[in-house]
Amino acid sequence: MSQDTTVAVEVHDLEKCFGSFVAVNRVNFQIARGEIFGFLGPNGAGKSTTIRMLCGILTPTSGSGKVAGFDIVREQRQIRQNIGYMSQKFSLYDDLTVEENIDFYSGLYRIPNSERAARKEEIIKTAGIEEFRTRLTKDISGGWKQRLALGCAIIHRPTIIFLDEPTSGVDPITRGNSWATIKEMAAHGVTVFVTTHYMDEAENCNRLALIYKGTRIAIGTPMEMKTVIMKDQVMEIQVPDSEIWSERVRAVSGVKQTALFGTAIHAVVESAEKTGPAIEALFKGAGVAGYTVRKILPSLEDVFVSLIEEYDHEHIKAA
Amino acid sequence: MISIKTSNLTRTFGSNTAVDKLTIEIGEGEIFGLVGPDGAGKTTTMRLLTGILDPSGGEAWVHGKHVVKDSESLKDDIGYMSQRFGLYEDLTVIENINFYADIYGVPRGERKGRIDKLLGFSGLAPFAKRYAGKLSGGMKQKLGLACALIHTPKVLFLDEPTNGVDPVSRRDFWGILYEMLKEKVTILISTSYLDEAERCRRVGLIDKGRLLRCDTPAAIKAEQGAKTLEEAFIRIITQQGQITNPLSQIPT
Ligand SMILES: Nc1ncnc2c1ncn2[C@@H]1O[C@H](COP(=O)(O)OP(=O)(O)OP(=O)(O)O)[C@@H](O)[C@H]1O
Ligand SMILES: Nc1ncnc2c1ncn2[C@@H]1O[C@H](COP(=O)(O)OP(=O)(O)OP(=O)(O)O)[C@@H](O)[C@H]1O
Ligand SMILES: [Mg+2]
Ligand SMILES: [Mg+2]
Repeated sequence: MSQDTTVAVEVHDLEKCFGSFVAVNRVNFQIARGEIFGFLGPNGAGKSTTIRMLCGILTPTSGSGKVAGFDIVREQRQIRQNIGYMSQKFSLYDDLTVEENIDFYSGLYRIPNSERAARKEEIIKTAGIEEFRTRLTKDISGGWKQRLALGCAIIHRPTIIFLDEPTSGVDPITRGNSWATIKEMAAHGVTVFVTTHYMDEAENCNRLALIYKGTRIAIGTPMEMKTVIMKDQVMEIQVPDSEIWSERVRAVSGVKQTALFGTAIHAVVESAEKTGPAIEALFKGAGVAGYTVRKILPSLEDVFVSLIEEYDHEHIKAA
Repeated sequence: MISIKTSNLTRTFGSNTAVDKLTIEIGEGEIFGLVGPDGAGKTTTMRLLTGILDPSGGEAWVHGKHVVKDSESLKDDIGYMSQRFGLYEDLTVIENINFYADIYGVPRGERKGRIDKLLGFSGLAPFAKRYAGKLSGGMKQKLGLACALIHTPKVLFLDEPTNGVDPVSRRDFWGILYEMLKEKVTILISTSYLDEAERCRRVGLIDKGRLLRCDTPAAIKAEQGAKTLEEAFIRIITQQGQITNPLSQIPT
């Protein structure tokens, strides 16, 4: 057993290799009970591989860890019984109906017979899939499958859940509802480990880790990510025809990167004091009316892109 | 020139109407975003327009071809990436791309440049020899995109192409789409991410198979007094719910 019962998940130098390829490179972190922990990183960074080791599905090459007090190498079976896991791939049976899929998971997790019906109704209601009860899962839309999969992953009310991209391809209203469910579970002491590629969703997490090429390159609260961990600053620029201007702003000396957020341009700069006037000069010189340039708190997407580029830059220099 | 035209296009599955009298016109070289809640009928619309599924009513033409009568020759003009793209898991990354290049008849001389560009955007270059089955979820999605973008069709249908794609690649992907627009390709793209829809010239918002709005993102935002398209989307869909709910409660 873990000495400290407030720690739900901990890993030390966790490593996974496939042949000579290092998918997860000596990663460390601790997650407290009731915490929503967001695991971010580009495609192929090693997020799903890490989750599969934490869920007792994949054995680490080296390193150690505990989930709900159980050892991730020696007690994989206990872990699987005590956690919830929603995999990135659909874990549903296409040739079963919606209800049959739920029944299957009830059986798998040995939900007492007396409780099964009630739990099933709860899941169907939360996911908003009443009208599809008897439809084959292959004939319901992608977004609804995702809702059903989330319901099945928490049917046994686990105290720790691992959600691998639970909201991928789900509409904005449902995504909002899913996050409300996640927060409510966390408020009841459930620990949530979640991955997402949508940085506005990551704002809902208590803490975030950013992983890249198997390596944990940053860890902290969303606010720490934006203020202490990201060293560059971000200027927000409002200007007509922002798409065309985005490229020209990027050419201004001192601008490292630009991107469009809706119709606004975000420019990453080393120093807002130095580069801000240069950007304004560009618009003044071109006789553009009605532009604004101001320093803002970076968005998490700014942080994500910036930290990855910084990492690449340092590693190319080192090589 | 009109590239996609539908007239009362309808598709039912039993008693369920997935696409309900859809009438739209999309111009050549336009990028048009199809948005709507889960199950709204986006995928079904794409499948009707690509000649995979037959309509129950109404008609549609893509690049001047009728989607039912000319469904075979239509295939030469279009590219389609479905929501669950068929990759060959036992082929490597590069073998998959070459396989699709063969199917689409991409000339040998043009291949290398395109492949390099697509491997670049997807970050798959170092993994060219890895079996597709061993890729991460997002890498598979990007390989699917690379396969769909290997040729330059007249009309490109992309069904939620960026699900699971990371923010950096998503930016690069939009760069590639804008380049294709310069070549007058018409793009119909569905997405559940409204910040992406905001980049389309026009957006069609559908719910329960019906077209609720069809306009520029700016006009839809202005109509709702919303700052983002996502905010406008949520307002329109919830208003819709308020109107339809009381009706559905009337005993029959
Ligand atoms: N083969 C089928 N048999 C029965 N119903 C179907 C079939 N295909 C689709 N439907 C139904 O048609 C409706 C529209 O589905 P469609 O897949 O087009 O939605 P969508 O907008 O693409 O949703 P999502 O964003 O979740 O992918 C849904 O109610 C769906 O369940
Ligand atoms: N069984 C395997 N054999 C070989 N390589 C593998 C295997 N499983 C995963 N990998 C590789 O490990 C790396 C990490 O994959 P993982 O699925 O953990 O990424 P991820 O961070 O979840 O990415 P995504 O955001 O795309 O889901 C990838 O390069 C992948 O190709
Ligand atoms: Mg993954
Ligand atoms: Mg769909």
